[in-house]
Amino acid sequence: MQGLIDRLSALLSDGTVARVLGWKKGDMPYNPEPHMFETAESLKDFVYDGFCGANLSKMMIEASKLEGKTAVCLKPCDSYSFNQLIREHRVDRENAYIIGVGCRGKLDIDKARANGIKGIEEVSGTELDGPDSVSFKTIYGDKEMSYSDLLLGRCHVCKGKEHMIYDELWGESKDTADSERFDEVKALEAMSPAERFEFFKKELSKCIRCNACRNVCPACSCRKCAFDNNNFDSQQKANVDSFEEKMFHIIRAFHVAGRCTDCGECSRVCPEGIPLHLFNRKFIKDIDELYGEFQAGKDPEAQSPLTDYTFEDCEPGIVAERSNG
Amino acid sequence: MPMTENGEFRPLIVAFCCNWCSYAGADLAGSSRLSYPADVKIIRVPCSGRVNPMFILRAFERGADGVIICGCHPGDCHYTSGNYFARRRMTLLFSMLDYIGVENGRTRVEWVSAAEGAKFSATMNEFVEKIKSLGENVRLGDLRCKD
Amino acid sequence: MYKISLDNINSLFAAIAESKELFLPVKKAGQANYANWTEDCEVALDSLKTVKSPKDAFFPQFETLYKVNRKIIPTDASEEEGSETLVETKLRTKLEITPTELKDKDFVVFGMKSCDVKGIEALDKVFLTDPVDNFYKARREHGIIVALACHEPEESCFCTVFGVDPADPSKAKADVATWIVDGELYWKAISEKGEELTKSVASLLSDAADDAADAEISNITNIMTKLPNTKLSLEGWGEGKTDEKFNSEVWNELYKPCLGCGTCTFVCPTCQCYDIKDYSTKDGIQRYRCWDSCMYSDFTLMAGGQNRTSQVQRFRQRFMHKLVYFPDRYGMYSCVGCGRCVDKCPQSLNVVKVIKAFENEKKEAGANV
Repeated sequence: MQGLIDRLSALLSDGTVARVLGWKKGDMPYNPEPHMFETAESLKDFVYDGFCGANLSKMMIEASKLEGKTAVCLKPCDSYSFNQLIREHRVDRENAYIIGVGCRGKLDIDKARANGIKGIEEVSGTELDGPDSVSFKTIYGDKEMSYSDLLLGRCHVCKGKEHMIYDELWGESKDTADSERFDEVKALEAMSPAERFEFFKKELSKCIRCNACRNVCPACSCRKCAFDNNNFDSQQKANVDSFEEKMFHIIRAFHVAGRCTDCGECSRVCPEGIPLHLFNRKFIKDIDELYGEFQAGKDPEAQSPLTDYTFEDCEPGIVAERSNG
Repeated sequence: MPMTENGEFRPLIVAFCCNWCSYAGADLAGSSRLSYPADVKIIRVPCSGRVNPMFILRAFERGADGVIICGCHPGDCHYTSGNYFARRRMTLLFSMLDYIGVENGRTRVEWVSAAEGAKFSATMNEFVEKIKSLGENVRLGDLRCKD
Repeated sequence: MYKISLDNINSLFAAIAESKELFLPVKKAGQANYANWTEDCEVALDSLKTVKSPKDAFFPQFETLYKVNRKIIPTDASEEEGSETLVETKLRTKLEITPTELKDKDFVVFGMKSCDVKGIEALDKVFLTDPVDNFYKARREHGIIVALACHEPEESCFCTVFGVDPADPSKAKADVATWIVDGELYWKAISEKGEELTKSVASLLSDAADDAADAEISNITNIMTKLPNTKLSLEGWGEGKTDEKFNSEVWNELYKPCLGCGTCTFVCPTCQCYDIKDYSTKDGIQRYRCWDSCMYSDFTLMAGGQNRTSQVQRFRQRFMHKLVYFPDRYGMYSCVGCGRCVDKCPQSLNVVKVIKAFENEKKEAGANV
């Protein structure tokens, strides 16, 4: 990590960039926050470890409007989001200096908690070149967990270790995929409609409409969201009826369909642990099957499948045909 | 649940019809004295491409038991490509509704030209029968609109 | 002091639920939240913190205040028939207004932690002072709080900073205090309502020594001193600090990662802002209220576009309200140190970081002198 800090401070000192967008050490060993560093001196608080899961590309929308270049640390999967934002003319490529940071998967502290780890005082082994197991020093005794058991759900279907866009690279990346991307979606599709309905009802009824999924989503970059409309009697703040939680999540997933890079931030931030990526991934799977494989953010020039068409496209009746076998 | 006098379920169907083809098709059905059930409520839209997914969910919210979107045949769109976009969007949306467990027979897209009064009437008759067999929509609707 | 074995706890729940609604931490799809007890639900008494606080029991996330329905007057109806609740309109219809009935049945909130009980105290200050909120008042009158000691507090806990005792819920403003020690639930009534509840389930409880929970109390107290956030200092916050804190430069840096979502607000046991809206149903209107968040861009938005227009203002508002304005007005902090925001903020911002940032500012300023 020191190497990265040195490089960043060199970039700041020689005037290549005016600021650095990275992560700042938290007050706990596992909660770094996204931060804009303006001076080389302030980089002493810079951190990059397994808990730096936040995707910083959305913050570049505002940062790239500032005077001078902003150096931004992007993990391989974040670089897809950044590309997609370029595609949508939401960020200015010229004002960004992209450090493609290495990644060996990001960690989910809730996985540790679910494993009975609490009262955490220190965590070690989370750095990029760290060991395969993470040690926790807690007030209830020392615990250990393997790095791969602690990974965020999205890292198990890693899109690969390549950065889609960068100015320079730092650190080794690792492809952490150990399951098929569409397995979860396929499992749901195999259920009966009644079972699927129960599954989503159970998950979505937990939704508190905090809008964290929307606000963190790099594809949700509208200046004013369709749900922030006061002349619209569906609530943006509460699910008064179970219909509203379904509508919000369906429409949100629909609005980002064809643009969602499957970065998994929505599921990461959900305070109720709702697997929101299942909506987006279903759209991605359908697009792949019906209109040809498409990975948003892979190529900033590619036409999004929902702003494109062919004469031979399948008819909507295919949905019933496929589903009813 | 609305019923006829002999206890048969009367569904509420919302049909979004494009101004240039399907709405004229419905007109033709009328002037040709072809009947279709009064359960179908037509909403005229400029183009099938105007149909926002929210419209469909909103129709279900307010008590619709089935939603059908009618537009110009592919290649015939008044605005050249509106129905092509609609076709992709509706395919994905219907797939999503099916995915969350809403019966996939409740939504349909049909291309009806201004000359196809007979097709319009036949489609609507068939769709109403389909929805009748599915019964009342309970999985996607706002209970507040039902009491 | 009484006790009941945890193996038997379901019969206790069943006995309470026979005559009262029972609200307790229930695990659903992997997350614990307060919900109504049913025989097949998965009770999660061992969950230290539910995702949402139990304030829902007294101040639900949404509630209908009244319904307005259009009533068509039959043509033969006489003019005298209209009662006071009917407002005549020019059409041959009348509007019928049906207010939602106030809570009139007792209910039990089981397993509330001391911090959450303190949170209810903060809500009381707002809703029970003039103008009194009748919906809230009715729920408070009918609610019986069974508080539970925090068996193994976690690193995000810092309730002791705000004078909460997580070890001894009998010090909280609850009706019954309980402890779980070695598979037994110890039970001590601390108010009249609590005595009555105890009587109603007395057949299931057996006597226990008065000092049965003492070891647990000292154990928890001891753990609390080891937790990092319990050493937080509130110096510089509280009454009369508005000018000093409001204009501080620290906010301009601190707010930056904030997404403007409502997670912190909605999981908080003391946030009490709400919005009132109308929903147009097929043939009427339902007026309801739901929680609002000062972090949202349309919070108290006015036609002229006023009120806080930038995220830094919104961010400052939330913490100033908790740590300065609320003490100014009601003499208590409206943070209880439950640590939910510490656990749940998507960007790892929280009230602890805010307090620490100001501490650091002071230190740095001191060093420069």
